[in-house]
Amino acid sequence: MTAAERTDVLIVGSGFGGAIAAYHLAAGGAKVVVLERGPWLDSDEFDHDFKLGSSYTRIFDFVVGDGMSVLGGNCVGGGSVVYFATMPRAPGFVFDRHGSIGRRMWPAAISRAALDPWYDRVEESLPITMQTWDRVPYAGGLFGAACAHAGRTANPAPAAIDVDRCTNCNWMMAGCKFDAKRSLLLNYLPAALAHGAEIRPLHEVQRLSRTDDGGYRVHYRVVDGEDYRILHDAGTIDAKLVVLAAGAGATPVILQRSAPELGAMPHAVGRYFSGNGERLNTAVFDDDRVREVLGLDRGDGSAYRGHQIGRGPTVASWDRLDSARPEYERYSLEQLYFPPGLGTILAQAPDADRAAWFGVRKKEMLRSWPSWMTIFTMSEDDNEGVFGPPPETGNAHRVSQQMLGNGPLRYRPTANTWRGWSLADADVKDILERDGLARVRPWTNDLVGAYTVHPLASCRIGDDPATSALDDGHQLRGHPGIFVTDGSAVPGALTVNPALTISALAERAMPGIVRAARDRGVTVTYGAPTPEGATSARRAIARTA
Amino acid sequence: MDAALTLTIEAFADTIIPGEKRFPGDRAVAGAAEGGGAVAAGALRLLTDPAGGIAPALDSLAVALNDHAARYAEGRAVPLDGDVPAFVALPFAHRTALVEELTAWEHPEHEMWVGLALFSNMAFDSAAHLHTEEAFATGHPGLLTLGYTPPDPDGVWRFPQFTYGRQLAPPHPGTTVTGSPS
Repeated sequence: MTAAERTDVLIVGSGFGGAIAAYHLAAGGAKVVVLERGPWLDSDEFDHDFKLGSSYTRIFDFVVGDGMSVLGGNCVGGGSVVYFATMPRAPGFVFDRHGSIGRRMWPAAISRAALDPWYDRVEESLPITMQTWDRVPYAGGLFGAACAHAGRTANPAPAAIDVDRCTNCNWMMAGCKFDAKRSLLLNYLPAALAHGAEIRPLHEVQRLSRTDDGGYRVHYRVVDGEDYRILHDAGTIDAKLVVLAAGAGATPVILQRSAPELGAMPHAVGRYFSGNGERLNTAVFDDDRVREVLGLDRGDGSAYRGHQIGRGPTVASWDRLDSARPEYERYSLEQLYFPPGLGTILAQAPDADRAAWFGVRKKEMLRSWPSWMTIFTMSEDDNEGVFGPPPETGNAHRVSQQMLGNGPLRYRPTANTWRGWSLADADVKDILERDGLARVRPWTNDLVGAYTVHPLASCRIGDDPATSALDDGHQLRGHPGIFVTDGSAVPGALTVNPALTISALAERAMPGIVRAARDRGVTVTYGAPTPEGATSARRAIARTA
Repeated sequence: MDAALTLTIEAFADTIIPGEKRFPGDRAVAGAAEGGGAVAAGALRLLTDPAGGIAPALDSLAVALNDHAARYAEGRAVPLDGDVPAFVALPFAHRTALVEELTAWEHPEHEMWVGLALFSNMAFDSAAHLHTEEAFATGHPGLLTLGYTPPDPDGVWRFPQFTYGRQLAPPHPGTTVTGSPS
């Protein structure tokens, strides 16, 4: 019998929650192992290629549930490798939301002001900068001009993008081969590796059990490097402390599957899932009207026709992020690019009475694809999502060798959620159809349900044990030594892109996780600078001490 | 793959993204739209690619689709030509109506028909069965219909001209110094 492999800290997942934990714990002196179910690709392996098996399908997952489909990262670096790098802070009212529980959802200790120092730290680490109008791609410019024409404001959104490196290729979902997108492969993860952390790709964690010394045993399967439907060897690693950061679509599933051995999970594990209130509208612009009404001209005979050009979302409308408005009526609108493949099937021909998403009218709509613009709504949903019994392995039944699977998440949007969506849909129509600029129609939920690229809240933090799986330090209730630092810990929808808030919360959780590790006999300290050497977190600690 | 199965699956793909007939007497492709559709784009090749995961189900999907088509035709007194499978024999407007019925949210088989539609669409809009450079080199009808711009000679996309270069809207008055909502 071989001795069980041991480490101080085992981290599940290498996205924002996992990478930040790996860096701090390794820099503080702990022995850290990170298990990541996806592959490990460098920038020169990121393809501009739609073929099945290219990086476009290797590094993210599209999991279709019952009423909700989730698009997420599946690689070392997690969501940061496939995300669009838009990184706004959540507006202050978000932290006072009541949501579906009838009282404040967020822990009392967390407000926008309390989180600001941790936002600062992440902004320094990636880094994140304000984008400027003179570098905003055509689609963002057009959205801004349409907002202004409708008497609205619009902002170039802050982003973790080095625009000097960006070629505006719009292949962000396949990974950035120019290192313009500041993913975790360029900051926290190399810094963690430099401090001795070990990252093992293609290791899918299935469940946790306890060890006799009060720690945890992590059970994994090795995933085939090409066909993720095939699982190879099984193994275990014992750890004194576990940080779960597998993403809001997987972390609760791992805990559900662990319950028979670990003991009952808090009620909120796998409940209160939020799709961040996300919804999509697709507009088809009339190039002549864009020129006549807005005075826009690319100088090459086109006024717009720039859907393919750019770098994901660049311009956002924050006019409805008004704290005076009632809950469920606050949302942001963001111009967005989705590539073909996933990005066209749900689009509905604006004027079709029937068969709007396929058939003759849809094909006519596809002929105008360069004139498309997608508008992305992030609103306040009702945390309606519930995970059913976990699949035998992983978090979904994989259909394709990569990318596509069926998962156990069930989501039925409530009237509250629909109120926000309907208001946002009407707003988008008002802005974009004004004076004949475009024809617009929401994507349909009827095919794969609602659709989120920002799954949240399936194991949320909170003060109330009945409605939160984690305490405000991100420790799993009833299971000391297990922490959750990914999007599943965020209590609810944020009305903006959540990656920065997930990261700030992970940073905020780190001093407590380091203390817990020390209490479990791990020789580790807290206080590392950012991966780039900045020290704002020390000021944050001093302020709260 | 037998001819009936091929005809049935191609007729379904053609209903999702219709195209012009490949030859006189083409039965699978109804000819409902100009230019190549999902079939010409390679839907059959993508659907039978083991990487996609849908290939093992195609036989049973074709049987079920033809059963649905026969029932549909009987219920609406649509005469069917017995030379081809029932779905292939349906006039295009009826194929469309049947696919609408099968992919409706409340239909018990919704998930499998949406899956078939997803892959049919993907063959057209992204040529997921081909390297994208190869798709351009062979004149893939889907990418051409979309107006997807070809890459630079090294197979990589770059757009040096990308911006109107000027401020086009006032910022939200609550914007913080870091550029975020307050």
